[in-house]
Amino acid sequence: MEVLYQNLLNLDWKMVVMWAIGGLLIYLAVKKDMEPTLLLPMGFGAILVNLPLSGAITQGGADAEEGALSILYNAGIANELFPLILFIGIGAMIDFGPLLSNPLLMLFGAAAQFGIFFTLCTASMFFDIKDAASIAIIGAADGPTSIVVGQKLHSSYIGAIMVAAYSYMALVPIIQPPIIRMLTSKKERMIRMEYTQKPVSKTTRILFPICITIIAGLIAPASVSLVGFLMFGNLIRECGVLDSLSETAQKVLANLVTIFLGITIACQMQAEKFLQVNTLLILGLGLVAFIFDTAGGVIFAKILNLFLKKKINPMIGAAGISAFPMSGRVVHKMALKEDPTNFLLMQATGVNVSGQIASVIAGGLILNFFL
Amino acid sequence: MFEPMNFVENLRYMGLGMLGIFIVIGVIALLTVILNAATAEKKDEEHND
Repeated sequence: MEVLYQNLLNLDWKMVVMWAIGGLLIYLAVKKDMEPTLLLPMGFGAILVNLPLSGAITQGGADAEEGALSILYNAGIANELFPLILFIGIGAMIDFGPLLSNPLLMLFGAAAQFGIFFTLCTASMFFDIKDAASIAIIGAADGPTSIVVGQKLHSSYIGAIMVAAYSYMALVPIIQPPIIRMLTSKKERMIRMEYTQKPVSKTTRILFPICITIIAGLIAPASVSLVGFLMFGNLIRECGVLDSLSETAQKVLANLVTIFLGITIACQMQAEKFLQVNTLLILGLGLVAFIFDTAGGVIFAKILNLFLKKKINPMIGAAGISAFPMSGRVVHKMALKEDPTNFLLMQATGVNVSGQIASVIAGGLILNFFL
Repeated sequence: MFEPMNFVENLRYMGLGMLGIFIVIGVIALLTVILNAATAEKKDEEHND
């Protein structure tokens, strides 16, 4: 009889708190439709690894039996393999067309990385510089980049960083609108931008991912795998002779990796590692990063408007964070709310896609600085 | 730890990072303009065909 309740004695209140956090993530995924593909596996995983003496993770010394999630973590996240493979799928999903037909939109993607570097300075007041850099990259609004940078810099807070990165991506429709409204007038939000779809040749579409990989590799070699895998996925999409592989990368491959990524991340959500004051601080700093990313993009557009005859709607600057496609949609919806005949979707999508490239390059620069 | 002076000390990374990212993105944007110009289909030739 004792066998039935013996393990109950190992239960700790911190584990129960983690069950509640796991439950909250599942609730947000199911009821609020917030990044369900990641929050749901993470939520379930948080419960799984916080059962007393959970066999899902390796517990105890060197002789301890290896848990399945620990094996997956070492095989796929500790060496950054899962996020990189996921990038092939993401690259295959992205249409760079709106960006290629208006390359100047790329500058907004650069401006909207401001939050990363501002947060780096802010986080350095509380953490050592490598942890601060790993925390700052939450502002990339890009889960795989956050994982790769955090792992390469050997951050001790990788669990909290991953949770913050994915949660805030899901919260983009809640975080961005008040910041945009605060920084822009109604008149600015109603600025119309003409959009003419310039034809982009197939050659450009094929050469673009190859050239980006070469440029990024020359400037930030540490991030070349990130950029390279993203661009490889895009090349598969654009080459026109690998439609079947492109479809597989976009759907089956991305889905498979996402399943394992989400639940494996939970390995880092063990109560003793996760329930710390620093976790709350990291969540706060992640929010700071998203706010200043948004502000950076909007303010950059406002500065450009001082010199331009044809004004830019400054809201599109906010789409420069790489949360794709949420951020572009948020800007489009806000423009429609101000004026139901003002369509900014294509411009905002172009900026949003540029944010995807810029965030990976920002990750590479961070690695260049601190690796 | 709380070291407020670290913010000021690390501002150089903010400057370097933003400068770096604008340079890289600027190069990519320029390259895209060149690619577009070099590979644009010539309308006149199409009309001649």
